[in-house]
Amino acid sequence: MVSKTVIQEQMAKQEYKYGFVTDVEMETVPKGLNEDVIRLISGKKNEPEWMLDWRLRAYRHWLTMKEPKWSNVRYPPINYQDIIYYAAPKPKKPVKSLEDVDPEIRALYAKLGIPLQEQERLAGVAVDAVLDSVSVATTFKDRLAELGIIFCSFSDAVREHPDLVRKYLGTVVPFNDNFFAGLNSAVFSDGSFAYVPPGVRCPMELSTYFRINAQDTGQFERTLIIADDGAYVSYLEGCTAPIRDTNQLHAAVVELIALDNAEIKYSTIQNWYPGDKQGKGGIYNFVTKRGKALGVNSKVSWTQVETGSAITWKYPSCILQGDNSQGEFYSVAVVNNYQQADTGTKMLHIGKNTRSTIISKGISAGYGRNTYRGRVHIHKGATGARNYSQCDSLLLGSTCAAFTFPDIVVQDPTAQMEHEASTSKIGDEQLFYCQTRGITPEDATNMIVNGFCKQVFLKLPMEFAVEAQKLIGVSLALEGTVG
Amino acid sequence: MLEIKGLHVKVAGKEILKGIDLSIQPGEVHAIMGPNGSGKTTLAQVLAGRVTYEVTGGTARFEGKDLLAMKPEDRAREGVFMAFQYPVEIPGVSNAYFLKAALNAIRKYRGQDEIDAMDFVTLVQDKAKLLGLDETFMKRGLNEGFSGGEKKKNEVFQMAVLEPKFCVLDETDSGLDIDALRLVANGINAMRSPKRAMLVVTHYQRLLDYVVPDVVHVLVDGKIVKSGDADLARNLEKHGYGWILEEAPRPAPARP
Repeated sequence: MVSKTVIQEQMAKQEYKYGFVTDVEMETVPKGLNEDVIRLISGKKNEPEWMLDWRLRAYRHWLTMKEPKWSNVRYPPINYQDIIYYAAPKPKKPVKSLEDVDPEIRALYAKLGIPLQEQERLAGVAVDAVLDSVSVATTFKDRLAELGIIFCSFSDAVREHPDLVRKYLGTVVPFNDNFFAGLNSAVFSDGSFAYVPPGVRCPMELSTYFRINAQDTGQFERTLIIADDGAYVSYLEGCTAPIRDTNQLHAAVVELIALDNAEIKYSTIQNWYPGDKQGKGGIYNFVTKRGKALGVNSKVSWTQVETGSAITWKYPSCILQGDNSQGEFYSVAVVNNYQQADTGTKMLHIGKNTRSTIISKGISAGYGRNTYRGRVHIHKGATGARNYSQCDSLLLGSTCAAFTFPDIVVQDPTAQMEHEASTSKIGDEQLFYCQTRGITPEDATNMIVNGFCKQVFLKLPMEFAVEAQKLIGVSLALEGTVG
Repeated sequence: MLEIKGLHVKVAGKEILKGIDLSIQPGEVHAIMGPNGSGKTTLAQVLAGRVTYEVTGGTARFEGKDLLAMKPEDRAREGVFMAFQYPVEIPGVSNAYFLKAALNAIRKYRGQDEIDAMDFVTLVQDKAKLLGLDETFMKRGLNEGFSGGEKKKNEVFQMAVLEPKFCVLDETDSGLDIDALRLVANGINAMRSPKRAMLVVTHYQRLLDYVVPDVVHVLVDGKIVKSGDADLARNLEKHGYGWILEEAPRPAPARP
């Protein structure tokens, strides 16, 4: 059937426009992982003793852990001794201000559409740019500081705000949480740190742009965001990597803490290199993200648009500890060619009158495998808890697959639960119908996909919603968009 | 406007249309009638460009252009419209959004600018009134959860907004109650103009009581076996297809 072939051809034509490599002189540590490498990383970052101790404890525990095998993704064994755990661009001179950033690196970010010069940047967004293992620049630091907001690289935070880091690090994702979180805790290199003081509403989007550039390296960033009483912050992360034949490992940890009446909104646009049409190369994305709605009336909201990576394994979750706290998870996950995604969320209801919402949209094309995995757990004593879950899958073509594994545990009789799920397919009938109205199959597919994702896109900050929509068009190799 | 000559069409290897000749001039309304399985829907779908229908012979020219060589979307942009017998549902895409995309795709092809948002709203409201559709209708997903009648109304509504030159209506009357039939027929009649032609495919006379055709063709076993004026349709309603089948020249049955 011609219409189907058109779609399949379109999708196979996938182009990854962030696949370039930038020639920056790098400083790396030897391949492999042992205590010396950890000491070396810690030393390079001028870390205090307590930080190194924490890393070593994590490493020793990690050695006793086994890589999880329960997820619905398949990949050859990872040789953890064949990875470079630290790679940083060699500073040509000490970086004191944005103007000191290596022009090569600046050009790299400009090419990605992330200019590091503040005056060129969208006025409403502060950026922390992380290249391989280090943060290369953070914009708008001073303006934020006037409000008492701390927004800096994780390494700077360890040195400059040790009390805050020590108080919260590992309180949401402890190093013994899971295999990949353990690995991250031992070798994490950089990431972003944000603290919003009581009663402050952060006036701009905070965002981190993660870029893997060096070969054979893994990226292990760690992000910690704390919203103090009554504070609000919206944070966004974006990620890309060059095209390479070999798989690269990305194992990040994100911890969010919302105190009384605080709200954290965390959005991700994940576009790591997904591998080529035959499934060669691509990033292995094993990420642990969790938010703790610790205070009363607090709220943690996750929005993710996952289009990249050869393998995605992540479950941004909410621990709803404070009474009346709220958790949200809005997700669009796209797989094409040989990509595999196993993603979803956990909503753990502990406090009274806690509420959670899960909206998951999975799109599968090519030979992609897309899995939603979720757990909603209403603990005993979490009276009046409510959850609404909706998991929809959209299939393009007949060689892809979609799976849904919802897990619901209710230990309190007052809980109200709702779960809805649907699977649909963009059929030749739908495309033909659109064609008879003058719309090309590509535009029709785009329109149907966007209609399918709309609920989630509406949750993204405005300028990124447009970006996300375009990105999905590119991931599915649909040219030209309607409207 | 439309010239079909010797059209042969196969579906899944089986010949369904066995040499159709049809000539439709601007301003004319032609009706195609015929028993089940005679090839009526196949004819409609082939004109709209369905690829699973294989044209094995003959030509179809629309305003002098080779219709069969065009992609379905280009046929639509040239001004061919088909109202489906079973319109598909597209959840998540609103009627309004879909229709605007369609209208703009057609306008772009014709070198026109995209329609102004306010003009679009006015246009849509006018046409919706014609078919008795309320405002919430535009916000709903395309045909999503529509009743059979609503789907058919939506087809005619789209036709009214897109203003094609040539309309194919495939059993638009099926599944309609008498009130809905009247609304749909009014919608179709409002579209009749000296510049526009229509091909109405139907089983029954009842739509043709409202939309009176200029020419009626009877399609049997992939061929037009009889053509006449509106009276032919009335006769069919009264006497069934039997008398035509007897009158029509048929191939001699194969002998063992």
